[in-house]
Amino acid sequence: MTGDDNAAITADGLRKRYGAVQAVDGVSLSVRRGEFFGLLGPNGAGKTTTLEILEGLREPDEGTATLLGERPWPRNPRLLPRIGVQLQASAFFERLTAREQLATFASLYGVGLRRAEEMLARVGLTEFAGTQAEKLSGGQAQRLSIACALVHEPELVFLDEPTTGLDPQARRNLWDLLREINADGRTVVLTTHYLDEAEILCDRVAVMDHGRLLRTGAPAALIRELDAPTRISVPSGALSADEARTRLGKAVEVADDGVSLVLATRSPAPVLALLGERGALHGLEVRGGTLEDVFLHLTGRAFRE
Amino acid sequence: MKAFLSLSRALMVSNFRDRTWLFFTVLFPLMFLLLFGVLFKGGTAAHSTVLQVGPVRVLDSMTPAERAQLGRSLTVKRDDDLADALRRVRDGTDDGALQQSGSGQLLLHFSAGDQTRAATVQALVNAVVQQANQNATGRPPAWSLTTAQVEDRSTKPIQYLTPGLLGWAIATSGTFSAALTLVAWRRKRILRRLRLAPVGLAGVIAAPTAVTLLVALVQTAVFLAVATLPYYGLRLTGDWWLAVPLVLSGSLCFMSIGLLAGSFAKTENAAQSAAQLIVLPMAFLSGAFFPLDFAPGWVRGIAQVMPLHHLATAMQDVLSRGKGVDAALPTIGGLLAVAVVLCAVSLRLFRWDDA
Ligand SMILES: Nc1ncnc2c1ncn2[C@@H]1O[C@H](COP(=O)(O)OP(=O)(O)OP(=O)(O)O)[C@@H](O)[C@H]1O
Ligand SMILES: [Mg+2]
Repeated sequence: MTGDDNAAITADGLRKRYGAVQAVDGVSLSVRRGEFFGLLGPNGAGKTTTLEILEGLREPDEGTATLLGERPWPRNPRLLPRIGVQLQASAFFERLTAREQLATFASLYGVGLRRAEEMLARVGLTEFAGTQAEKLSGGQAQRLSIACALVHEPELVFLDEPTTGLDPQARRNLWDLLREINADGRTVVLTTHYLDEAEILCDRVAVMDHGRLLRTGAPAALIRELDAPTRISVPSGALSADEARTRLGKAVEVADDGVSLVLATRSPAPVLALLGERGALHGLEVRGGTLEDVFLHLTGRAFRE
Repeated sequence: MKAFLSLSRALMVSNFRDRTWLFFTVLFPLMFLLLFGVLFKGGTAAHSTVLQVGPVRVLDSMTPAERAQLGRSLTVKRDDDLADALRRVRDGTDDGALQQSGSGQLLLHFSAGDQTRAATVQALVNAVVQQANQNATGRPPAWSLTTAQVEDRSTKPIQYLTPGLLGWAIATSGTFSAALTLVAWRRKRILRRLRLAPVGLAGVIAAPTAVTLLVALVQTAVFLAVATLPYYGLRLTGDWWLAVPLVLSGSLCFMSIGLLAGSFAKTENAAQSAAQLIVLPMAFLSGAFFPLDFAPGWVRGIAQVMPLHHLATAMQDVLSRGKGVDAALPTIGGLLAVAVVLCAVSLRLFRWDDA
């Protein structure tokens, strides 16, 4: 047994290679019990592979992982009922309805049918309970897959891109659900491509690229650490770009695309004062740094390129 | 246990909603039985027809009683046009044409097109001639032969067709279900998902096994019900209930073969082809469709190592030859032994995942 009792997950020096691709290249992390942890990274960064090693689906070439005080590899029957996993690619029994799928998984875990029914309602699929899994829409299938991961009330939940394919409404509902289960003291680990989602939900995030963790921390701390300029924008026309440059000097980066005038600066006070003086505050938008800035800065590329 | 039950139920529901599956496991073999049953109905007795061309003393001088006796195996028709009679023999409509060429000379025309029919008609006509010679001596025969068939006098093709085709149906559904279920589950990532659930490998394999055994029992019931219809006329003899343990052990044996094929196959199509490659030749070489009595020695040699041959033979023994436990037990033992060995190998080769 490694790690302290308080750790839901500790991973040390995980490496995994597929042929020529080093998918995971020395990942160490620890997640506290009850924490909401996010793994971010561009496509092919190694997020899914990292989760699969933690879940016990793959054996790492190197390194060790410990979940809730147990080793996930080789297949560990003591651990399995305590974790819930939603895989990036859904897996359903053929020709079974949503209700039957969930009931099957529930009974695999020794959970009653009532709980399965509740879970179905919780992910908003009651209406589609009698629909065969193949005939669910992408987002509905995703919700069913999440319900299957949560039906046995696991202590530790892994979700691989849970909100991909969900409409905004379903996405908000899922956020509520995840917050609730996290509030019950369960640990949640998710990967996502939505940085706003990570910023809103996660206690801590790790940014990953090329199989390595580039930075780990609370979203707010990462943003602060980045010390990104504040971006102030107003509709074009109220103030010309040239005038802004002469009046505000080198400390402010000015850009005008004909729709908005964007002023990026680390000391916003003089900018706001000038705009106020010109009566140009109508339609004003002020945006601080976001996780997206952190991400772009760390990975050196736009997220959805 | 609970996990096993819920997986079995899931698989059962999923199979029953699959029309193709229903067709191939239940209806298809039954269609064979219905079809073969009709084709071979009453076609057993060696019966020949001979055309009498012109006057033939041995035939013309028969008493009505002798004629009736002869009529059971040989029908004599009159056709005085020799050319027409020969044509009919040549094209197989009749089996021979008999002419009296001299005072004591008979000439039998036959066709070598069908050797069995040729031999039969020669033997029958020869018997008639011998009988006439015997009568001509005016003395009672020194030796006479009476024949008695050992099987039930009503033996019909249905009595070897039912066990054979049932064996084939069980081999097909056993091999296919095991091979396909696991490959499909692996491809659809269900095995991967089940790997994360608290269910043992035993439970994962036991579910398709249970479903297949259940299907085998249903197939047996349907087959026997159809074959015993008066139209087909199968008569179950003695310890026919032994068919049940035979069917179950056979089913386990074929599942283990399918399991092995499934551990090598990457896709459902590959698994399906592998299963078909195993089952179809085995069915022919095992005498499931027709008896191997006239097959060359090497075919009968191969049949000896085919589980289906032993299953079909043992099923014939208990279903229509009136044999009992001692005919079934060695086969049950052998089938189970094969099942255990192949299952052990497949378990070693088992993969939860493709990647
Ligand atoms: N089974 C596999 N066999 C071979 N290579 C693989 C396999 N799975 C992943 N890879 C490779 O490993 C790398 C990491 O893949 P992984 O699925 O972990 O990325 P990811 O961060 O989850 O990406 P995404 O955001 O697209 O889901 C990729 O380059 C991928 O091509
Ligand atoms: Mg992924």
